[in-house]
Amino acid sequence: MSILIDKSTRVVVQGITGRDGAFHTDLMLKYGTNIVAGVTPGKGGTTIGEVNVYNSVCEAVTLHKANSSIIFVPAKFATDAVFEAIDSGISLIVCISEGIPVFESLKIYNYIKGKNITYIGGNCPGIISPELCKLGIMPNSIHKKGKIGIVSRSGTLTYEVVNSISSVGLGQSTVVGIGGDAIPGTEFVEIIDKFNKDPETEVICIIGEIGGNAEEDAADFIRRHVNKPVFGYIAGRFVPKEKRMGHAGAIVSGGKGSAENKINAFKDAGIEVLDIPYLFGERIKITLC
Amino acid sequence: MKIHEFQARTILQNYNIPLANGFLASSVQDALKAFNKLNKKVVIKAQILSGGRGKAGGIKIADTEEEVIKYSELLLNSFIKGEKVNLLLIVECVSVQKEFYLGITVDREKKKIAVLLSKEGGVEIEETATKEPEKILKVYIDPILGIRKFHILRMCCFVTDDKTLRNCLFDIIESAYNAFIENNCTLLEINPLSLVEDGHLIALDSKMNIDDNGLDVLPKGIIEHNCIRLDDEYEASQAGLSYIKLDGDIGCIVNGAGLAMATMDMIKIAGGKPANFLDVGGSSNPQKIIKAFELLLRNENLKSILVNIFGGITRCDDVAKGLLKAIEIFKPNIPIVVRLIGTNFECAEKILNSEEIEVFTDLNSAIKKVVQ
Repeated sequence: MSILIDKSTRVVVQGITGRDGAFHTDLMLKYGTNIVAGVTPGKGGTTIGEVNVYNSVCEAVTLHKANSSIIFVPAKFATDAVFEAIDSGISLIVCISEGIPVFESLKIYNYIKGKNITYIGGNCPGIISPELCKLGIMPNSIHKKGKIGIVSRSGTLTYEVVNSISSVGLGQSTVVGIGGDAIPGTEFVEIIDKFNKDPETEVICIIGEIGGNAEEDAADFIRRHVNKPVFGYIAGRFVPKEKRMGHAGAIVSGGKGSAENKINAFKDAGIEVLDIPYLFGERIKITLC
Repeated sequence: MKIHEFQARTILQNYNIPLANGFLASSVQDALKAFNKLNKKVVIKAQILSGGRGKAGGIKIADTEEEVIKYSELLLNSFIKGEKVNLLLIVECVSVQKEFYLGITVDREKKKIAVLLSKEGGVEIEETATKEPEKILKVYIDPILGIRKFHILRMCCFVTDDKTLRNCLFDIIESAYNAFIENNCTLLEINPLSLVEDGHLIALDSKMNIDDNGLDVLPKGIIEHNCIRLDDEYEASQAGLSYIKLDGDIGCIVNGAGLAMATMDMIKIAGGKPANFLDVGGSSNPQKIIKAFELLLRNENLKSILVNIFGGITRCDDVAKGLLKAIEIFKPNIPIVVRLIGTNFECAEKILNSEEIEVFTDLNSAIKKVVQ
């Protein structure tokens, strides 16, 4: 079993006519993703490959029963695209777009609350369940079907870990990139909870980085609820300390956010912490055998 | 992006937040002119972006022309906390009865805007926060609702019983919140927010950080100002790159912030020292790679460059094209180690092989090579 996406996922691509939108629509189709429609306001009636393009998400939902959306719209218009997806009844929204202002992300987060919608991103690589569905921009070739669930705040760093796992012959149940923005739509805890409940996921990997305290929250959740083996990595151990926000930030976070703090939180929760991302494969293999 | 105090003042002034009278000076003559216009004791403040500038000697009080000359000469063109001082802010010295602190920021944990008001402001605010947290009131604002009267009244009543002062404070908090939202700030601090002799509040010092994803709303003059235009980090952000210079000698060009940090960490673990953090961002454009080389090669300490790209939305062939162009333009005479993998790798390999550039696909070997 996978989490979030599977063969029943019916995808609408928002921003399908752009350079990245068109390119990755093609790659997702090749991977077997069921893309039912595309949207670019003003370009309704055209096609990208064999996918029909509409002016609104609403049409894609009504005509093609789209239930998930992936967004490639430029940052300036991306927030609007997210709100459009929400108001059109899409239940899983993945926003690839990079550069959404923090305040806009805050508005999305607070608007979505209580609506039973999963919003992943922005600034994220998306989701992939090998051999079932890809709702993202990750390279197709590095993934293998398997029993390891991966959740990460970074795109390319995730590929590094996936590559390391696949190269030792292991595979992934689902890989979720929650994105590197300060206010991600979905946090580690929600994904780890899903992996924990998924019978096919036997090992969980969490890839974090400095800033905020999502990793500390995840560690706390894992300590209390997760019995599956968990492997972790934190990027940014050697980023100089003075690169931080001013007083108000320090007061609010109460000194949390350093790599050291996160690594300690991981270790206290029984997570095996790795120093180097390409060692995940070998280490997990040793644990499983 | 951090902006200078004098730039934050310009913004706050547009929101009718009262400030101490003052003028900007780029020379000793300017400073003297400002002193004579203000016609009283002045504070001379070096315009740098780092915090803790007072403790580092960047703020002086001058009462005579001689002192103004002495301190302006001392501060101008000096380096404080590693930053060159190009400008001074000369403001009137006011006698302060009481200092408050007003801070507005994004609370990542609560996913709200946090407004903080402290009964005691000044340089020791962080200490107050840890030792006497009861002196600070935090109010969380839902960004969709926005700040309402009851939020502000609660804060005003928290710090004072004086009705006039409350009214004054009310206007300042409301204006500061609007300034925060409308200018895409991630941090706005007024510290100290000072009660002066005539019973009014003024913003004696202020700090603003602007969301790098929201710079387009700022008044153009602020962004285009020389101090910032000369800044490599700002120049990088204009080109869609995220760049922070560090003190090592191995230049890094990486796609993705997480992988960029991890690459720096791995260089460090392998015994090397990264010269910078540089994330070329998602979506590929050969121009970004060229700009990255331009910025990195300005660093005289640079002994080698590691290009580490794991293609996803970034396509390896675009990177390869940018790489060749950059080498052609800048002709760097230091070793360049290239690690490429992922989307369109095969095309990239063909492009680079014809130019006899060795390409690694595994990161371990690339790191070893660049550190040796």
